[in-house]
Amino acid sequence: MLSVLRHQPGFAHGVHPPEAKEDTRDLRIKQFPFAPVMIVPLLQHTGRPALPVVREAQEVMRGQLLAEPDGDMSVAMHAPATGVIQRIALAPGVSGRMAPAIFLQPFPGSSQEVAEGIPCELHSATPEEILQAIQNAGIVGLGGAAFPTHVKLRVPADRTIDTLIVNGVECEPYLTTDHRVMVEQQGDIFTGIRYLLKATGAGRAMIAVEGNKREVANSLAAALPADLPASVHVVPVKYPQGAEKMLIRALLDREVPSGGLPSDVDVVTVNVATCAEIGRLLPHGRGIQERVITIGGPGIRKKGNYRIPIGTPLRFALEYASMDERVSRVFLGGPMMGQALSSLDIPITKGTSGFIAFTETRTAARHEFPCIHCAYCVDACPLFLNPSQLGQLAKAGQYERMADEYHLLDCFECGSCSYVCPAHIPLVQRFRAAKAQIRKRRAAS
Amino acid sequence: MNRRGPTLEIHTSPHISSGASVDVIMRNVVYALLPVAAFAVYSFGLAAALTLGVALLSCLATEHLLCRLAAAPSTVSDWSVAITGLLYGLTLPPALPLWMVACGGFIGVAMGKCLFGGLGYNAFNPALVGRAFLQAAFPVALTNWTQPLAPDRFVAVPASTFTPPFATPVYDGASGATPLALFKFEGQLTETGDLLLGLTGGSSGETCALLILVGGIYLAARNMLNWRIPAAILGSVALFGWVAHALSPQHYPPAEFMLFSGGLMLGAVFMATDMVASPITHAGCVIYGALIGALVTVIRFWGGMPEGVMYAILLANAVSPHIDGVLQPRVFGTGRA
Repeated sequence: MLSVLRHQPGFAHGVHPPEAKEDTRDLRIKQFPFAPVMIVPLLQHTGRPALPVVREAQEVMRGQLLAEPDGDMSVAMHAPATGVIQRIALAPGVSGRMAPAIFLQPFPGSSQEVAEGIPCELHSATPEEILQAIQNAGIVGLGGAAFPTHVKLRVPADRTIDTLIVNGVECEPYLTTDHRVMVEQQGDIFTGIRYLLKATGAGRAMIAVEGNKREVANSLAAALPADLPASVHVVPVKYPQGAEKMLIRALLDREVPSGGLPSDVDVVTVNVATCAEIGRLLPHGRGIQERVITIGGPGIRKKGNYRIPIGTPLRFALEYASMDERVSRVFLGGPMMGQALSSLDIPITKGTSGFIAFTETRTAARHEFPCIHCAYCVDACPLFLNPSQLGQLAKAGQYERMADEYHLLDCFECGSCSYVCPAHIPLVQRFRAAKAQIRKRRAAS
Repeated sequence: MNRRGPTLEIHTSPHISSGASVDVIMRNVVYALLPVAAFAVYSFGLAAALTLGVALLSCLATEHLLCRLAAAPSTVSDWSVAITGLLYGLTLPPALPLWMVACGGFIGVAMGKCLFGGLGYNAFNPALVGRAFLQAAFPVALTNWTQPLAPDRFVAVPASTFTPPFATPVYDGASGATPLALFKFEGQLTETGDLLLGLTGGSSGETCALLILVGGIYLAARNMLNWRIPAAILGSVALFGWVAHALSPQHYPPAEFMLFSGGLMLGAVFMATDMVASPITHAGCVIYGALIGALVTVIRFWGGMPEGVMYAILLANAVSPHIDGVLQPRVFGTGRA
């Protein structure tokens, strides 16, 4: 049996951005009000859009199925509120591109009770039935990747999984959603672990928490049920400790092979909020119709952690949280990997872990110098790539060399290199552009 | 907030930065050099002050003018040429004719830096390129040394300082050999204490090993200098020196003399660590440093000159990109047992 609380060494390299979590870490999760109109995009995950099963003008109950998965790389969508379907039409997405979505108008007077479905019984369900239930509950990675969880959990036929890692690291600055979930939803997390262990056949679970949430780790360890083969692990505060490969390296000293998946080293990792949702929803046969997000940053007055209905328009959310008029930058997710938004007319989706608003501008302040080979980026890259060299090759347009000789395609764009670069070279941006070019050329040939 | 909302700036992630900046790094190297420069002026008086001033000005002016000629914005404000100017001045004999100082500064920055494309593209340390040119063009002037702490150093300058261009410099009687030359040509050893404190003859900035080390430690602590480079250089020089001295004490000086004499300390801490011209990986830096140490020892022991730091570093600069080519970091998830 594992000892319940352990401290682990971290991974090599990485950076130490300001944590900036003190404003929201101690604020309880609050229920967010319903917007006048909700916009539920049919594609909120990696894969194929869900297929609508409702029609315009139909009345739906909160939690009712709105769209069913289209094949395996797809998940279900559920109604975020009791109301009426206005229309099914195009709505702007995060990238600015229009995509089909269901527009739902909540009934103001409704009790907003959540519809119950067919429960997935932990003791009688087979692993495949649990995966099915996860897909039908519309569950995707809530850490931000929005990859369908049932696909991630499916063990390749030639492998066995020995360890389930529950990722509560939350290394992105400002975000405190996982933190609050680990404080307020411990029971859901433990139930979720039971489902996940059964679905993957893993013999043990490791809950990983960063050293800046030590008290959370202690309380989780104290609350662990005696019959649950799980342990809590405190990892050092370092970005990007929450990246799958880094966490597996830190906890188990295993390296996921270049281009490989965690299952190649007999591990499955699941974000702690995803795990908690599985534990909260599956016993009731419900689907995801809301999620916990952090709304924070210097541009927000009513900072906090909110349980917010999926499909809430961002503009409504930011107005409710009293956004500063001088706001100049808004990101979806944290400041290291989050995406800057060009428009506030997009809805909250399942992959949204938070919104951070900044008021100061940075356009003028960033003069770009030539690369001086200071090696800060080489010392920061958690995958031991050579961002300096990659940056020079990108500038020269030698994309194939970047991929073939310098492992560009391993880069997961954590941003550590750009963060430390004293020459202010937009390395990650260049790498994204190079990857797009490589994919285009490979698709063409 | 109106209905259209605020104007939003869009950048790609990451949206925050560590605040590190090239000009800040360069400025700190200049700070670390200031005590060394101050000691040079204290030790060699007006002559060193003039040498440093002319070196600095010639380098700054060269970079500024060449940027103008190329119709590009002047890069003087990134402070890198200030390092070059100071370092270059510190490697020169204090009594060097000023017109030669200006010539070397021009050659160093123009041919060692701007010709390659400026900061970030120079294959060699520009300060050493300038000095190497002088060594080749004016070997006699480059080996004429003044005594440190001369009583009249703050009121008089050596006659050679104001030699008109292309005239043969005239030297005063009060010239003295460097500790390395004393040992090489006269078999005379200098006290290690004097070497550490800089109470010897030599180039204006190379004499006080202690202040150079203090500057290096400051930069290493701020992560603006890779300590592995000086450590590998000094370690390998000490090792080779110790072995040679143990085998034949009458021919080879002890290791501590090797370490603290000549330009080794200044070269190891401030010259070889030029980020642009040194390897990018830690392992590469160790090999690069060890190579410099080996070359220094070979040149000092068996070369025609008493000192070899300059050529050792320039040769290693040339090898540096090849070290990087061979020693890439091991990518995560590849080739691990």
